[in-house]
Amino acid sequence: MKLSGAEIIVRTLIEQGVTDVFGYPGGQILNVYDALYKHRDEINHILTAHEQGASHAADGYSRATGKVGVCIATSGPGATNLVTGIATAMLDSIPMVAITGNVPCSLIGKDSFQEIDITGVTLPITKHNYFVNDVRELADSIREAFSIAKSGRPGPVLIDVPKDVQIAECEWEAQGASPKIPLPKASEDEIDEAVRLISASKRPYIYIGGGAAGLGLGSEIVALAEKINAYIGCSFMGLSAIPDGCERFLGMQGMHGRYPSSMAQNSADLILGVGVRFNDRATGNLQKFAKGATIIQLDPDFAEINKNVRVALGIVADVEDSFRRIAAKLSPADNPEWRATVDSFKREEARLFAAEEEKAAGRLTPKAVLDIINSHKPKGTVLATDVGQHQMWCAQYATFDRPRRIVSSGGLGTMGFGLGAAIGARVATGDTTVLVTGDGSFGMNLNELATCVSHSIPVIIVIMNNGVLGMVRQWQTLFFGKRYSSTVLTDRRTDFVKLAEAFGAVGMRATTREEFESAFVRAVELNDTVVIDTYIDKDEFVLPMLPPGGSIDDIITEKEVSEDE
Amino acid sequence: MNKFVIAVYVDNKFGVLTRVTSMFTRRGFNIDALTVGETECPEYSRITICLSGDGYAREQLINQLRKLHNVKKVVVLKDDSIKRELMLIKVGYDSQTRAEILAASDVYRGKVIDYTTDEMCIEVTGDPSKIDAFIKLMIPYGIIEMCRTGIVALDRGNVTLLDRIKDKTK
Repeated sequence: MKLSGAEIIVRTLIEQGVTDVFGYPGGQILNVYDALYKHRDEINHILTAHEQGASHAADGYSRATGKVGVCIATSGPGATNLVTGIATAMLDSIPMVAITGNVPCSLIGKDSFQEIDITGVTLPITKHNYFVNDVRELADSIREAFSIAKSGRPGPVLIDVPKDVQIAECEWEAQGASPKIPLPKASEDEIDEAVRLISASKRPYIYIGGGAAGLGLGSEIVALAEKINAYIGCSFMGLSAIPDGCERFLGMQGMHGRYPSSMAQNSADLILGVGVRFNDRATGNLQKFAKGATIIQLDPDFAEINKNVRVALGIVADVEDSFRRIAAKLSPADNPEWRATVDSFKREEARLFAAEEEKAAGRLTPKAVLDIINSHKPKGTVLATDVGQHQMWCAQYATFDRPRRIVSSGGLGTMGFGLGAAIGARVATGDTTVLVTGDGSFGMNLNELATCVSHSIPVIIVIMNNGVLGMVRQWQTLFFGKRYSSTVLTDRRTDFVKLAEAFGAVGMRATTREEFESAFVRAVELNDTVVIDTYIDKDEFVLPMLPPGGSIDDIITEKEVSEDE
Repeated sequence: MNKFVIAVYVDNKFGVLTRVTSMFTRRGFNIDALTVGETECPEYSRITICLSGDGYAREQLINQLRKLHNVKKVVVLKDDSIKRELMLIKVGYDSQTRAEILAASDVYRGKVIDYTTDEMCIEVTGDPSKIDAFIKLMIPYGIIEMCRTGIVALDRGNVTLLDRIKDKTK
């Protein structure tokens, strides 16, 4: 049948299985919005307060489900407002399709009103992008975009469509959703080599990354760890891959990793990396990283092998398949010494926790906030975060009962990501969604409270309010002689409770553990958008910490700076 | 530091060269020379890239190239591949130097393609090292202006890169 470009866009999205899109209308995307209006029973459009919120929502939607998230914006500022969200998705390999309108082809290149070369702008932050100047190429470009976004190592794809292409007509027939291009399978030799290396090790460490987090391999990884006496750690992006309460799982490693996890990784004689890219925040000083370890890396992206660390064996293939085949061929092994070593790391962590708890003397600490959330959150709760100290505390202390339950910007570290992403995750899953944020991050994009309220998308927002940009302040304390340049926010005097109420949400305040516990329990019951403003000390540190460029030898576990200012 | 010549087949589409060069900039690769042009197949363009670097740089460059959607095939050309470059060079002369310049041009199988009362333009084709040598030779006479195309190169034998595209692995 003959359809307009705008109609083709919406119908092709529906054909690709898209049920929800996030966006903001404008002059050069009006035709698409007209088609969305017509198809409003088949595709749910969520109007955000800002295009950036739409891009983060599409990202959060994808992180929570693995589906391709979709966002839509107009030309010019609409398109550039998506940029941070697209870059966030790129750095964390999140499948996303962004559709932008542009000025008609005849006005392209003339610096027309709201014209921007968005394919040029997003070239380095998309997996691929399209400028579609012929309506006959529109449907296939969208189909290809979905295939590229979800295949191999996923990522964002942008499609820019000039207004006249949205108006022009051509023939269109529905097809099935674009297939995910299957990854190659590892050769028998590669699997055997991995098995040989792992069998020869005495202190194996399985290192889980974002490439494995969504695969649902959790219980198999745990089973393998138990069989061969390995311990499991993860990168930030690997959080939620391993189910709660497993004694083999040591938590996140790296700059702000859990003590046992970072120590075990650097004491291991073999690291089996599963979908992990050995980012600088995870390794610290590469010359000193895991010196005694033979490294095996399973990854779908050949460009990640030997990029950051030299590996003994890199298997570029379907990670799930490679892992299962390696696991099946490994024989049981035990090494009491390795267990004793790791147990000593765990004891040290327990000692550190106890010391912190004693110092806290019942105050509301970040760990206490997360312990309370952990014990009162309903099953399947999605935890979204912004970026900064609160994010690292979440990474260290939050528990997850299934994969894809953390929604957080790892690679790009995007402050202001959390609320939009939480909206996307909540829309995608329908599960309780808690955003843990800081007063700094929340201040960046709190306008999306309007989206929560207008679309009845209940998100519980816990602000760890310390009146400072805590992570930057921590660096200033440690490395800049306590010169707190532009990191003090107390002059803002924002009343987050009144702010929540002004947006039509519920506001609560909590200064003690008891108050926070009852506020959080009430928020869960309310099933409404609730902002809980909690107060933590401005001089809380995220510990342990490997200083930037440092190694495990430089690990800081206790705060030793003097308290006077 | 070694020199490598890498041949890349890309979709012959608008903006593909930008995708390739933008990747070099953002990943910090330093390219010595780059040429692009049509091939025996209208669907594809061929980009020839010269790069100085160690094995790590070469591997990273190839891997990152292969990740681009419009890149169809990446091959490091063999050391004995046929490499050619063309240069146009304008040199000033007077009655004393004229004969010397013409003799040098002859030895390098250059062609004088423009000639005025005080300068001549010579076209030289060959291996980049030959071009370098000719430039060195001309410096004393006063180079007015020059322009090099960058390398084009083909592997020897009857195997084409296009054949290798069909085996589907980049």
